[in-house]
Amino acid sequence: MTALTPGFADPVLDAQAAFRAVLEAMSRPGRVQRAGAGLAPPAPLMPAAAAVLLALADSGTPLVHDGGEDADAWLRFHAGAPVSPTLAEAAFVLATGAPPALSALGTGTEEEPERGATLVVQVASLAEGDGWRLIGPGIEREHRLAVEGLPPGFVQAWTANRALFPRGVDVVLCAGEHLAALPRGITIAEG
Amino acid sequence: MYVAVKGGERAISAAHAWLDETRRGDPAVPELTVAQVEQQMPLAVDRVMAEGSCHDRFLAALAIKQAKGDLIEAAFLLRAYRTTLPRFGASAPLETGAMRLRRRISATYKDLPGGQVLGPTFDYTHRLLDFALAAEGTERATAPEADAPVPAVPRVTELLAREGLMQREDPGDGEPGDLTREPLAFPAARDVRLQNLARGDEGFVLALGYSTQRGYGGNHPFVGEIRVGHVAVEFTPPELGFPIEIGEIAVTECQMVNQFKGSRTEPPQFTRGYGLVFGHGERRAMAMALVDRALRSAELGEDVTAPAQDQEFVLYHSDNIEATGFVEHLKLPHYVDFQSELENLRTIRAALVRESLREAAE
Amino acid sequence: MNAPLEGYNFAYLDEATKRMLRRTILKAVAIPGHQIPFGAREMPLPYGWGTGGIQVTAAILGPADTLKVIDQGADDTTNAISIRRFFTRVAGVATTERTAEATIIQTRHRIPEAPLRENQVLVYQVPQPEPLSKLEPRRAETKRLHALADYGLMHVRLYEDIARLGHIAKAYDYPVMVGGRYLMSPSPIPAFDNPKMHRMAALQLFGAGREKRIYAIPPYTDVRSLDFEDHPFRPIRAPQDCALCGSRESYLDEVITDDRGGRLFVCSDTDYCGERVAARGAAAC
Repeated sequence: MTALTPGFADPVLDAQAAFRAVLEAMSRPGRVQRAGAGLAPPAPLMPAAAAVLLALADSGTPLVHDGGEDADAWLRFHAGAPVSPTLAEAAFVLATGAPPALSALGTGTEEEPERGATLVVQVASLAEGDGWRLIGPGIEREHRLAVEGLPPGFVQAWTANRALFPRGVDVVLCAGEHLAALPRGITIAEG
Repeated sequence: MYVAVKGGERAISAAHAWLDETRRGDPAVPELTVAQVEQQMPLAVDRVMAEGSCHDRFLAALAIKQAKGDLIEAAFLLRAYRTTLPRFGASAPLETGAMRLRRRISATYKDLPGGQVLGPTFDYTHRLLDFALAAEGTERATAPEADAPVPAVPRVTELLAREGLMQREDPGDGEPGDLTREPLAFPAARDVRLQNLARGDEGFVLALGYSTQRGYGGNHPFVGEIRVGHVAVEFTPPELGFPIEIGEIAVTECQMVNQFKGSRTEPPQFTRGYGLVFGHGERRAMAMALVDRALRSAELGEDVTAPAQDQEFVLYHSDNIEATGFVEHLKLPHYVDFQSELENLRTIRAALVRESLREAAE
Repeated sequence: MNAPLEGYNFAYLDEATKRMLRRTILKAVAIPGHQIPFGAREMPLPYGWGTGGIQVTAAILGPADTLKVIDQGADDTTNAISIRRFFTRVAGVATTERTAEATIIQTRHRIPEAPLRENQVLVYQVPQPEPLSKLEPRRAETKRLHALADYGLMHVRLYEDIARLGHIAKAYDYPVMVGGRYLMSPSPIPAFDNPKMHRMAALQLFGAGREKRIYAIPPYTDVRSLDFEDHPFRPIRAPQDCALCGSRESYLDEVITDDRGGRLFVCSDTDYCGERVAARGAAAC
């Protein structure tokens, strides 16, 4: 195991900035935001994904991730989120590799849909203006989002997730220092 | 020409300066010290600690001074301070059986191990204004001291439980709920209900407890025991792994013994209504015990018909900081919504006038 | 930015509380119009005086923001001043009275007249988040009704108005359907303001401190005031012109000028009115 790299340089203001990036991403699905500039988390964690978890996860949010030992030590030290006993009970799921099936995550209940999990997925790249056509709350007409690095079948799985609304999983896609979000109410059509 | 009202900022500053001035009162009268409040108004301090949800006599006394003696305002000050404090964890349950007693009475047994200890009580005083207190500097009688301190004695309900006549409580597992961090959800578990009542408004809890005695959800209570005294607070720091005593606090505990007719799974037995509050607060602890028992109606299979048995009604309305805020917010400007009501009413009345004119013409 | 108050964290709340609020806000944005319970903290201002809005603002606010606070549409009402002072003290952020300059606008009872933009967030103070509360006081029951999207109670209530008075008598806190799914309280804004919520470019966040609920409307989301085909929703304003700027479109406050029935009407949105008066003054020069 390598020595721990630092977390946020300014835990208060950097967390606020990362949160605002996620809030903006959730509010305007498909628009690409920046987060985690200056963070140097251990591989395979990317700065944006690391910033999302540092800003939002803590001892009250069970976490599941596939990042391996170094990432685990870093997240434990800087975020302090406990390991979730099961995938379905995790508040946050981080996928640095192939993401788990959306249907395996917690989707909340009809009375408490907010208990649905947040899935943070690291992908190869994110770009506006091309690719998927997104419609739904937060989008005036249509947002285009090109995502490299998701497994085939994701859009189909998303459609099933969308059908659960108001239950469902919310997704934050991260690539390097970029992120974009797919809140559960968004409809994706492939470009 | 009309000019819109301005100068709110200056008005606020001036109002607060005036508030400070009225707090001090006549400067010819010596200023009240926080130590005087703490020492000579101990029951006000206790109430503010209970409703302020924070055991700190000095801060409670300071809050009372700052609030000009308005105890709800003082509790609010203490709560607002409390939320800024870091939280280290939950203490071990208090062992009230090991209480260093100042007062201990039972209404169910004439005599019992440890005996009846009256302690410093208003009970049996004749409520005659004592004009001697108006003369300052008079020497007051000192109370005679017992040869030995009151020993730790078993709780009355424990004696009944050993006989199998008192329902045992489920100690539960893990940390109790904490409504200062999690919002209420229904049905609320007993730990959260008790927390809510322990910091609830004394007047509200008292009135509800009283209502159960008058037939609104009553269950024939007996005071098994009231005990007032000091108990040790223990905490297990994660890095140590064993409990250490971090201090001692004064509390009042009341255990009410109530009938229970029994159910298909349980034989007839006594059930407990429980009250535990910071400081010396018998009225609060007793009322709390009555309401606790009333709130257990649903789980004991009794009909839920009275206000004191209604969880949402009791728990949502017991908090006087919430209540006073919302009642008093009505004095904030509401002229925007009032204006829409005005226009609405004018429209409706104009339509009615048109209607009646049309009818008259026909 | 001024130095924030010594001894307190930036924006008053501790970081764990902010994370809890932020997680709640994000879920609220993902489920438009759905009320989410949260562990509201005791704030140094009373419940019912904007503690929900203050907690939401404290959770999102950063040093790059410019904050505007209005009550009844005005920046200089005493509670608006008090809340603005609070954030100046605990966060040291820039404040403004100009709607166009603000990135965060915390409001009680109004939506500004000028259309809001994409880089703005509107934070509402909400006294009673449950639109069904007057019809069903039990939260366990209203929670079930929202889960079932069963809003028959509200339709019946509005229809009773029509049967009795000829039209819907609700003049403020007029219920809306958000994204075609959740019945939502817009907070006690006049019904006049309801149409501004529909497909607004800015994010709208709602905080109810005493009732411990947060909810949200993402930008460009459908917000429909409940109505009936034969009785469509009608926003009401006083039929006068503003005595200061002459506006015939803005929402007006009625001011009593003497005890002989004298009254006049002025814009409730003081910034909107001031801008118009200034523009007129500039044109006259």
